[in-house]
Parts: sequence; C-alpha cells; structure tokens
Amino acid sequence: MSASTNTRAQPGSTVLWEKGDAAGHDMLGTRTFGFWLYMLTDAMVYAALFAAFGVLAHNAGLTSKSMLASVFDAQAAYRDTIVLFTSVLAYGYAMVALKKGSRGGVAIGTAVAMILGLVFLAMVGSDLERLFSQGIVPQLNGFLSIVFTLIIYHALHIIVGALWMLVMLMQMGRDGFTSNVVYRLINLRIFWHFQAVIWVLLFVFVYLQGKII
Amino acid sequence: MFVHLQGPWNPVWGRLSLQAIPYQNPILLGTFTFAMIAALAIVGAVVYFRAGPYLWREWFTTVDHKKIGVMYCLLGLVMLFRGFADALMIRTQQAIAVGPHSPGYLGALHGYLTPFHIGQVYTAHGLIMVVFAATPLLVGIMNIVVPLQIGARDMAYPYLNALGFWLTAAAGALVMLSLFVGNFAHGGWYGFLPLFELPYSPGVGVDYWMWAFQLSAVGTTMGSINLIATIVKMRAPGMTWMRMPIFTWASLSTNLIALTSFPVLMVSLALIGLDRYFGTHFYTAGQGGNLMLYNDLFWVWGHPEVYFLILPAFGMMSEIIPTFSEKTLFGYATMVVASFAIGGVSWGVWLHHFFTMAAEPSVNSFYSVTTMLVGIPTGVKVFNWIFTMYRGRVRFELPMLWALLALFLLLVGGMTGMMNAFATSDYMWHNGVFVVAHFHMMVLLIAASIFGGVEYWFPKVFGFKLEQRWGKWFFWFMVLGTAWVFVPMFILGFAGMTRRLDYIPVTQWAPYLRVMLVGMAFYVMALGFFVAHLYVSLRDRVKNRVGADPWGTTRNLEWMTHSPVPAYNFAYIPHVHARDEWAWRKEHGMASLGNESFEDIHMPRNTGVPVLLGGLAFVLCFALVWRIWWLAAAGLGAVVLVIILRSFARDTDEVIPAKTVAGVEGGAQDALPAPARG
Ligand code: HEM
Ligand SMILES: [Cu+2]
Repeated sequence: MSASTNTRAQPGSTVLWEKGDAAGHDMLGTRTFGFWLYMLTDAMVYAALFAAFGVLAHNAGLTSKSMLASVFDAQAAYRDTIVLFTSVLAYGYAMVALKKGSRGGVAIGTAVAMILGLVFLAMVGSDLERLFSQGIVPQLNGFLSIVFTLIIYHALHIIVGALWMLVMLMQMGRDGFTSNVVYRLINLRIFWHFQAVIWVLLFVFVYLQGKII
Repeated sequence: MFVHLQGPWNPVWGRLSLQAIPYQNPILLGTFTFAMIAALAIVGAVVYFRAGPYLWREWFTTVDHKKIGVMYCLLGLVMLFRGFADALMIRTQQAIAVGPHSPGYLGALHGYLTPFHIGQVYTAHGLIMVVFAATPLLVGIMNIVVPLQIGARDMAYPYLNALGFWLTAAAGALVMLSLFVGNFAHGGWYGFLPLFELPYSPGVGVDYWMWAFQLSAVGTTMGSINLIATIVKMRAPGMTWMRMPIFTWASLSTNLIALTSFPVLMVSLALIGLDRYFGTHFYTAGQGGNLMLYNDLFWVWGHPEVYFLILPAFGMMSEIIPTFSEKTLFGYATMVVASFAIGGVSWGVWLHHFFTMAAEPSVNSFYSVTTMLVGIPTGVKVFNWIFTMYRGRVRFELPMLWALLALFLLLVGGMTGMMNAFATSDYMWHNGVFVVAHFHMMVLLIAASIFGGVEYWFPKVFGFKLEQRWGKWFFWFMVLGTAWVFVPMFILGFAGMTRRLDYIPVTQWAPYLRVMLVGMAFYVMALGFFVAHLYVSLRDRVKNRVGADPWGTTRNLEWMTHSPVPAYNFAYIPHVHARDEWAWRKEHGMASLGNESFEDIHMPRNTGVPVLLGGLAFVLCFALVWRIWWLAAAGLGAVVLVIILRSFARDTDEVIPAKTVAGVEGGAQDALPAPARG
C-alpha cells in the first residue's frame, strides 16, 4: 500500500505543473521570516550570556549584589532607558509613516531614532568611562567581566542599528520604497525593538539588582 | 587594553616571525612538500587548461544551491582526508610507543611524535572530523537535495548560502594553515579550561583553534537560517507539511538544532577569546572565574551538535531504504515525530559529558534518564527502517549497502551510548577509549550514510552513475577497517585504557594496538579503492549516463527533473498531490517531465561578494591569531564596508529566457524517464 492511495488520480484533468513564474514567492514574508530566525540566534547568544551572568554572580556571592549596588548608577541607567525607548518610539512612528507611504515621515522618524541611539551610546559610554577611570574594569574579576561584556555587547548592537539607519536613509533617498528598502526597514524594526527588550533585562539584572531586588 | 604577552611582539608583524614556521620538523616538512606539489599541480592544471575564468564564473561566484552543495562536499572530502591522515598518525604512534623499551624516533622518547605534537594531531583530528568533514558534507547534501525535494528553483537566500560556504571554507583554510605557520591547540578538540587560558597555553595554537571553530560556527548558522527559511517558505504548491519528503523533515529538525545551539558555541568560544585577549576572568581558576561554566556552555552546544550530524544521516537512510526495498517508508508520521523528539531531547542531556565532575547524584540521575530517553525515538526509527525492508524487494545496490551498514553501526553505537548513559558505569570509563569507540560508531554511521547519500544522489547532480565494482571493494574494506579498529578499542576501553595517550605504559595492550593498526591498513586500502572508484566512474561517465530516474524506484520530487539538474531545477514548478509524489505519478501513469512550451525564469545573478568576504574573514582571523592589530582592524573595516556596499546593489537578478530553457530541455537526453518498477 502506498501513502498515496487516498488521493484519487484523474489523468488528463490533474494539474501536474504550475504555469507562470511561481518562483516569485512571497519576497517580503521570506525576508522577514529569515530575520526572525536570525533574531532567535541573537536571543540565544544573550541567553548564554545571561546564564553566564547567573553563574558568575553566584560565584561572587554576596559581593556581587553590593558591587552592583555601589558601583552601577541606576539613575543614569534610567535616563538611558528613557532615551532608548524614545528612540524605539520614533522608529515606531517611522513604521506608521511607512504604512501610509510617506517618505518624509519615515525619514524623520528614522533620523530621530538614529540620533537618540547615538545619544544613548554616548551616555552609556561616558558611564563606562567613569567606571574605568575609577579602576572598575572587566579584568578585576569574573563577575565584572560578564557585566561589562553584556553592556558592551548590547552597545555594539546599538552601533550596528544606528549604522543600519544611516544606510536606510541613504537607500530610501536613492530608491524610494522598493521592496528591498521596505523589507530592510521592517527588519530594522524587529532588530531595534529587540535591543530595547534586552536593555530592559540589563536594566533589571545589572542596574536594579542590589538596589531593590 | 590588551593583555600582556609573554614573548616577542611587534606592531607590524604581531607575534609572527620566521620561527613560527616549523621547518625543523621532518613530518611537517614532508606534509608541506606534499601540499605544495598538490597545489602546484592544481594551479598548473588550471593555467594549462585556461580554466581560471570558467572556475571564477561558474563556481567561485555561484549562488546556485547545487554548485554550492558540491563545493561543500569537496571541502568535506579534502578535510576528511586530512582528518584521516591525523588518525593514521595517532594509531601508528600508539602501536609503537608501548612500554618502557619501545623505540623513539625524530626526537620523541617513545614512538615518533612528541607529546606536544600528538596533542595537536588529536585535537585537529577531532575538530576537523566533526566541524570540517562531517558538517560540510551533510550541509552540502542538504543544500543540493532539499530545494529539489520541495520543488523549488532556488533557496530562500542564495547569497547568504554562498557566504556561509565561503566562511566555512575560510575556517578550514585556517586550520590547514596552522600546520605550516605556528601550531595548533593540543588539549583536545572540545577545549580544556583553564588549560586553554593564556598563561598555560601561551602560543597561538588555541587561537587558531578558537577562530577556526568560531568562523565555521558563523558559517553553519547562516546555512541553517537559509535552509529553514527555504523549507518553510519555498515549497511547491500542494506540498503540505505531511507531504514533505522525509529527508526534508530531517533537514528541518537538524537545522533548528543548529540555529539554536551554534550561538551558544559562539559564546563559549568568545569568552575564551575575551580571557585570552583582554584578560577577563570568565574561566580562570581564580578571581571569580568558573571553569565549569565552559563545560556547560560548550556541551549545551556539543550534544545538540552530535544530533545535528545524525539527523540528516537518518534522513538519507530514510530515502535510500524505501527506494531499494521498492516500498513506501513505514511509519512516515512516527519518523517525523521521532526526528523532532530527538532534536528536542538533545537539548536536555548535555551533562552526560561530565558526569564525573562533581554534580549531585540527583543531577546525574536526571541527565542519565534524559539521555536514555533519546533511545526511544531512535528505536522507533530503527524499527521503521526494518519494517520498510520487511517483505520488500530489497536490492543490494551500493547506496543500500551503505544504508545497511549505517543501520548496523547505529545499533552498536546506540547500545554503547546507553551504557555511557548510566552515570555509575560511566564513572569507570569516562575519558577512556570505550567512549571514543562509542562515538566513532556514531560518527562512522554518519559517514556511511554520507557515502550512501552521495552514491544515491550523484547521478542526479552529475548525470551519470558511479560504477559499482570498485565501489563495493571500497565498501567492504571500510567494513573491515571499522571492525578491526573498533572492536579492539571497545576491549581496551573495558581494560581501562584512557584516551589521548602519547605513550602506553601497559605492554599487555600491545596486541590490541597492533590489531588496530591492521585495521588502519584496511582503511588505507579502502582509500585506494575509493580513488579507483572515482577514477573509473569518471572515465566511463559517458557509458554510465542516466535519465531522470536512475534507480527506477525512487519516490520524491528530486527525480522529476533532468539529470544533471538544469540551473533552474524545474522548467515548471511541479504541483504536488501526494506524499511520495513521483511514486504516485508513476503509479497513475503520469510520469512525464511535462515539457511543451516554456517561459522566462527569474534567477539570482552570480556575485563575487561572498568569496571576497570569505577571504577578508580569513585575513581578519589570521591577524587576530597573530595579534597583528592593524591588519585585524583593516580586515574588520573591509568586511563592514563590503557588506554595506553590497546592500546598495540593485541589479542582483537575471532572467533565463524561454528560448534558453527550451534549448536545455530539448537537449536533455532523458525527456522520458525509465519505466517505473514496482
Ligand atoms: C542513543 C543515543 C546516544 C547516547 C545514549 C549517547 C550517550 C553518550 C554519553 C553518555 C557520552 C559521554 C561519555 C563520557 O564522556 O564518559 C557520549 C559521548 C559522546 N557521544 Fe554519544 N550518545 C548517543 C548518541 C550519539 C550520537 C548520535 C553521536 C554522534 C553523532 C554521539 C557522539 C558522541 C561523542 C562525540 C561523544 C564524546 C565526545 C568527547 O568526549 O569527545 N553520541 N555519548
Ligand atoms: Cu552527548
């Protein structure tokens, strides 16, 4: 018995081959789907890093919490949060403008999001600078190693995102809303929101831990 | 910012100096000579036949999934050969260096390899076989077969696919380069912490190991994104999930494993990098580092990785066995569920790689049980294959022989795996050669399926069958070699022999070690038969030309187009009505390739960017290994720049005109397939 006996065959009237260029497929859908898969790999990287954070914090024991409380500035991080979230919001407006097909709207939203991203970077950078100048460096112990790695790895994503926005502004200016530009704008949204989500985790585990939790 | 190094360093050359070239070592000198002669022969042939432009146009810049797949397989074969040479060295060393009176040559006290040298050899052997031989071969076969099986003209991301390949190739080249410039890690393929920290491994070996590993991980992850998106988004109309060929199912589950586990490997390696380059304390013995963190992170990847390797092998067996039993696969749905069950459970067993490292009994018991659970879906698969053959008309052609060998090795490897899964018994032989024999059964099973798969799909890709005579000699000598090497290894494992020895203190083991050497001789002969197999097949290629369906009893979509497959795969996209569509059409008398009038076909255009990026990644990693900071910065900058510039390209597609298609279709000799059997 073959698996196929349940389908009745009528030679002659059965469509065996598709005419027309079926290879077109759903380009936008495929591109975004793949980007979600990529985001999953990045989520796994963060998951592994946060797992390492848990292990190394456990190693450091009580000192980890007091270190976090005394060293990291939750208020500064709160300001960072506001800036990053506003940036995400601005990019959200750019997406609304994209739905309406307004090039100007997308450009303004993206530009604002980019500038705020850079402000965020500057703020995080100056905070790191302050810690390093006090001799609080990743090389001090395993716990600080993972804390700084998390912060810097996140900051690297922000750099990539800002660069990506710049590229999109240029491509939009040159090509308008071609399908390449549109799928990249959509993927950038996924990317940018994801960074905000990760920042929330960082904020809670690094900056708030030891203060309240 | 960077850690302080022991030894010389200068801003221009980093740690690189003439001393890095091991010209005093006769073995490496010989290898170097051999490599140079081979390279000169290849370059000479390319120049002589003026093949350069052709190679560049048709292969280096290709985005065609079949050609990329073939290149993956070639890379895998070259690395398989390198890994085999390593194995030969280990086996001969262990056969000579037995007992205090054993002779020593070439500066070694016993045998002919110094402990540092043999350490590099077994590290390279393990890494190469897992990451640079098995993985590229499997990814290559998936690349070729999956789009054909789902009736697609191309993959979801042809450009990413090419990039993944060139990154993997760059990583392989890095491993090869470590032979002649510098040295390789010497502490085992999966790394030992804190031994791999800078103070204890101050040379460049660990850096080579780390960057090659890392680069290949990036390549494999890209490949998995591409394959998953292809399977999910590019299936031909009518191909519902439950009509998908079983090899495609296996590819889906295996790439889900890769997608989720390789990032963890990247982290585990990157943290070693941070320790070694910036002086952080992730895995150091003091200052709040934790070496168990490494073991956990690594094996959280490591165990899923072994299933990443085995699931496509299972998939190939599931294609070959029905074809040569002239029956449909038994228990299709349970096969699918079993693939995903194996994929899922593989995430929850990693601790069985270090039962002995001070976990509580409750933890060990938990991982013991989860490990044994894997046996259930695996058992389901074994029974399904057996029931497929039961009352079938089994034809023992080469692909089937390989599939049966794989089935047999799976039983041996699976049973011994179960023995390892008992934490209590594992305590006795952990880090011994029993474990080594166990996983070699598993990995040889994968190799057997790969050879079966290559025999099976070769005519599809190249348009002619491989000959059978030398192929059978090759097969039987592989069987002989496997028996003679690994049966004694299991015995020695019970006798208490530990793995990775450069010197064997127990003289009673000598007979077994010599028997294993005989096994290696069989393997060497098998290699010779393999070469003859290829040579005779190529020589007789015109005689062995085949049509669309060379085996007569095939069942899936990949056999519904010409052999060799045209660039666009299908002149018309097939409409799918049943599971085993091709078998269904043959059964109902609709087995024509359906070519009348033709249409234009859109395809992606070839591009040199992926190979350029591969080259830049190679330079970047080389610079990082030798700490040539200016070169590393330049390499990284170039990579970013090239990626951005490529994103501005508008003209990435091309059209194959209907006339060309008609020409190709008309010229194909197999307009009508062989009549269906069975
Ligand atoms: C029924 C399924 C399996 C079971 C129960 C099983 C069990 C185990 C256990 C418990 C170990 C650790 C032994 C020790 O280090 O003391 C082990 C090691 C290993 N297994 Fe398996 N295994 C199975 C399938 C596989 C498969 C399918 C592969 C490869 C494709 C594989 C490859 C390996 C490798 C490479 C190692 C050792 C790695 C190393 O130490 O270098 N196993 N297995
Ligand atoms: Cu395992």
